[in-house]
Amino acid sequence: MAIASVVHVLLALVCAPLMPGIVIRTKALVAGRIGPPLLQPYFDVLKLLRKSAVYSRTTSGVFRAGPVVGLAALLIATLLVPFGGSAAVLAFPADVVLFAYLLGLARFVTVLAALDTGSSFEGMGASREVTFSALAEPALLLGLAAIACHTSSLSLSPMYAGLGPAAWTQAAAAFAPLAGALLVVFLAENARMPVDDPTTHLELTMIHEVMVLDHSGPDLAFIEYGSALQLWLLGALVVGLVVPVRTGSVWIDGAAAMAGMVALAIVTGLIESSMARLRLLRVPQLLIGASVLSTVALVLMLR
Amino acid sequence: MRLLLLAVGVQLLGGVGAGISRRSRQWSTTLGVGGAVLGALLGLVATAGVLLGAPPQALWLRWDVPFAAFAVEVDALSAFFLLPVLGLSALTAVYGGEYLLADEERRSPGASWFFFNLLIASIVLVLVARNAVLFLVAWEVMALASFFLVTADDEDAAVREAGWTYLVATHLGTACLLVMFVVLGRGADPLDFDRFSGASNAGLVFLLAVVGFGTKAGFVPFHVWLPEAHPAAPSHVSAVMSGVMIKTGIYGLVRVLTMLGPPAPWWGWTLCGIGMVSGVGGVLFALAQHDLKRLLAYHSVENIGIIALGLGLGVLGRSIGAPALAVLGFGGALLHVVNHAIFKGLLFLGAGAVAQATGTRDLDHLGGLLGRMPGTGLAFLVGAIAISGLPPLNGFVSELLIYLGAYHALVARSATTTLPALGVIGALALIGGLAAACFTKAFGVVFLGTARSSHATHASEPGPAMRWPMYGLAAACVLIGLLAPLVVRSLAPVLVVVTQLPSDVVRADVASATAVFARVTIAAIGLLAIAAALAAVRRTLLTSRDVREAGTWDCGYAAPTARMQYTASSFAQPLTRLFDGVLHTERRLVAPHGFFPREAALVTETLDVARERLYAPVFGGIGRVLGSLRWLQHGRVHLYVLYVAATLLVLLLWKLG
Repeated sequence: MAIASVVHVLLALVCAPLMPGIVIRTKALVAGRIGPPLLQPYFDVLKLLRKSAVYSRTTSGVFRAGPVVGLAALLIATLLVPFGGSAAVLAFPADVVLFAYLLGLARFVTVLAALDTGSSFEGMGASREVTFSALAEPALLLGLAAIACHTSSLSLSPMYAGLGPAAWTQAAAAFAPLAGALLVVFLAENARMPVDDPTTHLELTMIHEVMVLDHSGPDLAFIEYGSALQLWLLGALVVGLVVPVRTGSVWIDGAAAMAGMVALAIVTGLIESSMARLRLLRVPQLLIGASVLSTVALVLMLR
Repeated sequence: MRLLLLAVGVQLLGGVGAGISRRSRQWSTTLGVGGAVLGALLGLVATAGVLLGAPPQALWLRWDVPFAAFAVEVDALSAFFLLPVLGLSALTAVYGGEYLLADEERRSPGASWFFFNLLIASIVLVLVARNAVLFLVAWEVMALASFFLVTADDEDAAVREAGWTYLVATHLGTACLLVMFVVLGRGADPLDFDRFSGASNAGLVFLLAVVGFGTKAGFVPFHVWLPEAHPAAPSHVSAVMSGVMIKTGIYGLVRVLTMLGPPAPWWGWTLCGIGMVSGVGGVLFALAQHDLKRLLAYHSVENIGIIALGLGLGVLGRSIGAPALAVLGFGGALLHVVNHAIFKGLLFLGAGAVAQATGTRDLDHLGGLLGRMPGTGLAFLVGAIAISGLPPLNGFVSELLIYLGAYHALVARSATTTLPALGVIGALALIGGLAAACFTKAFGVVFLGTARSSHATHASEPGPAMRWPMYGLAAACVLIGLLAPLVVRSLAPVLVVVTQLPSDVVRADVASATAVFARVTIAAIGLLAIAAALAAVRRTLLTSRDVREAGTWDCGYAAPTARMQYTASSFAQPLTRLFDGVLHTERRLVAPHGFFPREAALVTETLDVARERLYAPVFGGIGRVLGSLRWLQHGRVHLYVLYVAATLLVLLLWKLG
């Protein structure tokens, strides 16, 4: 078990940039283009690591600490997320909360780094980011509480280990809204359509991308890699729920989960190809809707 | 016990000395600060033993006042609350010494130190009193001392108004406490706490305690005095008031709960409900503020809400007989009391340093202070991360304890606890997100970017006496975060008192919580290590490369100015707009007209909704009704004598008839 946990962490670290690659490729194919290679996000990160950096004269140490602390928080969060039904490296009661708050810490430092530039564009992105994430947080924690309730366990690893096909047949009516809620959180927290447009940083449309406008070189590499990792981690929480393959074999469960991740990336690409970004005033309604779905799921679990 | 009373004596003596030597600013400061610090150190020595598990120390002396006795005792609960009181009072006193002297135009600090030391001494007495009369006397002295501290700058009309609001609120609260003690101590003389039987009318006593102590603590809707009084006071006083004085309300509530026997479930529901409303309401109103200290004051309401959520879960745990829930709920609440004292003290001290260096507390006039005040800025950043409940600092530890309690309650699937647990998780998550929004705003707008006005361009770092207390508090935030398992384990003695469970049960539950925090500490240390490693990687990568400095990317606009930065108001606007149904923000817009607009202005103001919609109409109505009796009061003394005579006659007739 311990080896499987470590392997899954390595899998996350290695395969995380594949997810945005698949999303971009899917979008290109739907649009009738060939698109960049699947491994383009890897090339981007490596290129950025080889580059020098430009820092704004306005910025202070906070700006330089942002990418470093942000990526460190996401790397620690990687240790908490179970994959393919096997346990995470670190598992303890209410580790859900540590996971959510580590993501919160990463966001906190990113927002501060954005404000440190003194640019109104980045301030605007920062403001939207904190607004939407404050609303997404209850949806995530209540949704995971619903799983905790169903499996009567407080830690992510046993929670996800207990989500076999039997769980779905027992309480499909509760799991369906839950999957919807987690998918919305996944899209919102990763700056995806319909909440944010990851391909542009025009000031009227963007949230996450504009916050990192002034980062360059290795800092930007850390940020790009970190956002791929975050996509992987929240994706793993969605896939663990909707792909209930729990045969007991590490290989089969792991492969099923991996297939699920690829499918999730393709679905994300399809959503991005088929939907426009919501008006900013509509986004809170979507996120509050996700919280409501989580609550409904929780109430149904309690029956 | 004698050592603690000696400590109180030293504090009072220092205060009186400072008050007498008003002529010499230097002397009164030395005496005031010296008394507070020496008293705090003596007090810490006196309480340390009890906190580490020594038996309680008590003293009982006769006092020839009806129902009174000088009954004092330091048990684990008192010692637990004394710790932040004494620690924070010493640090804020050191800070205040420089803070009050820096302003030459201010009047002599003698009176301020007299009331400061009186306030600390009375808080200590409130925490150790075991007799209702002694408690109420100390409570009243505490209220009055803080009133005089709040109104220190009484030439300002807003400050007088704030002091007045505070005085009315605190006395309405005290009135409830008076009734509560009468109900609680029926048939007891003297009204010593250990003579209270408590069982009858427990529900009524609980409600009176919630209103009476909740007014001091700042439960919504009894919080209205808090956002007025805290900004008005000098900053080291705000730190003490917000950090520890309002916690006497929590102490009182917890103390009364230990006297009432097994609680009813609705008590827990009530506390959870109050916690949700206070927590979410407090942080929403904080988001809408432009004044740094007012923002912090509303965050006190929020944190009191988090404490109430913990208390509510603890009470539920006791009422349904779930020891783990009781231990986690009360443990989270009590630890949050200490944590909030530390980070809120720190933030108020930082806000005071900013206000003194720039001459303004208006967020939208500040900016870029981190370069000019690096020490203050870093300490404030630590406080901001801690109060947002983010790992690896102390705020996360107590919030995680409460979350653990809520998840326990949820998984237990008891009809009594499920709904509150659901509410607690949702509320804590929302509070966490909103608090992070609010403190990215507060820290980002004040310390990052560039200066928005000339106030901020001429700021400079305060002296060491103001900086080191902030560093000390910041270090405490980090230490409690990293040493979480030890801290949680040390809660066991106080939890035995509060939950009234057998010691071994409490210790077993505390041990399982400690195991959780051992993993959290691993994660926290890993976080710091990885961050350091990544920073080292970046440094190695960049050493031989051409790292340049340039202007912030302005998207091609040629003449950006500091005024174009996102302000605090614009940063919070999406959230304040979303929650406008709660906030009722007033907007006054002078829109620009024509091709060459000459003037344009936008003013937003978020008044307290409870004050405007609840208290203003009620008190206005009372004022109108009583105003119609004003003809009785006309200034003619002979008629007043007639009133007295008539009243005596009526009383005589009543007595005879």
